[in-house]
Amino acid sequence: MPDGTLLPAVLAEDDGRLLDDWMREQLASSSVRRDLISETELRQQSAEFLGAFGQSVQTGSLRSVDGPEWAPVRDLLASVSRSRALQGFSPSDTAYFVFSLKQALFTRLASRVAPEQLAAEAWTASTLLDRLGLYVTEVFQKSREEVIARQQEELMELSTPVVKVWEGVVAVPLIGTLDSARTQVVMENLLGRIVEYGASVAIIDITGVPTVDTLVAQHLIKTVAAARLMGAECIISGIRPQIAQTIVHLGVVLENVTTKASLADAILVALKATGYTVTRLAPRS
Amino acid sequence: MDRIPILKMGRFLLVTIQVDMHDRLALTLQDDLTERIVKDGTRGVLIDISSLEIVDSFIGRVLGNIAAMSRVLDAKTVVTGMQPAVAITLVELGLTLPGVRTALNVERGMELLQGELDQEGLATVETDADPQG
Repeated sequence: MPDGTLLPAVLAEDDGRLLDDWMREQLASSSVRRDLISETELRQQSAEFLGAFGQSVQTGSLRSVDGPEWAPVRDLLASVSRSRALQGFSPSDTAYFVFSLKQALFTRLASRVAPEQLAAEAWTASTLLDRLGLYVTEVFQKSREEVIARQQEELMELSTPVVKVWEGVVAVPLIGTLDSARTQVVMENLLGRIVEYGASVAIIDITGVPTVDTLVAQHLIKTVAAARLMGAECIISGIRPQIAQTIVHLGVVLENVTTKASLADAILVALKATGYTVTRLAPRS
Repeated sequence: MDRIPILKMGRFLLVTIQVDMHDRLALTLQDDLTERIVKDGTRGVLIDISSLEIVDSFIGRVLGNIAAMSRVLDAKTVVTGMQPAVAITLVELGLTLPGVRTALNVERGMELLQGELDQEGLATVETDADPQG
């Protein structure tokens, strides 16, 4: 049992006025975000929190919220925080859920506790709620990071299919901005497929790459060099007029690389290099 | 293993690196190979590194050097079967081995050498005649 504080008693005696006060406090604030959460839902979350909080305060330590007694409160806050992170709340809006309880709780404490003890009581309650508030922010941050990590992963997966165009010819259609991490994945994928298919020509199509700066060009040159070291020639295709201008203005040297304006041209070159000819059998209609 | 064997195959010298290269081994190979090119009057060298899984900057440079030396001795050099990881490492190290011909495997490397020497036409006939004569 915590050292002489009245906080557990105050919470245990509460008859719903605390929840009402707290709700009023939350609804009055600009952090409530009625566009994202309904009042009923908010009230339900608040009531659940007060219930769990009241329970944990009876048994758990008031100095830390790490103990097993606080597990229900932590779980509840984690789920609230996670759902708010996904709903698009800001971190401070989310943390305000806990911090807004202070005002209501202090009013309750003030009516119950002798004035000389009030400072100590308020301090205990305040530190406790601060800890919970920090915990909420932490979980919020983690959830956001999870979302970002998942999106990055999806982006990686979506970005680099290596397709076999013909016997001995592979192609990678690149889509989206190229950064170092993606180039690494593209390079590894491409080189792996070159070995797997025994390809002697690889086409890198950059139609879907929005901008080419010196870094992207550097990455492309590296990929071409690595493929060449393995014995496969590289053709870069899909160079849009704008990109051709940028490349020249940046002073990027693509001298040792075969470049083609369209994928069709590149495929034709690749087929010729591997010893095929393309012939139209039916006359053009 | 003290040195890497250098095999003569027709007009070409064939070197397959089956062990992880260490610095001394690489330098020995460089010595041996240049010796052999001059001794046999070889016009083409094929170095297969498909079993090589680790390269460092030194080995990468020696490979480049061997190729450059062969060129000075008028022998074409083809490096074949480089692993993707090795290729990435060399590129990251800035060793793109300019002037070295590459091929996916020994078979294609041989075709490449054959093709290059055939293109030279007359010169090939002369070198062909030499070892037999």
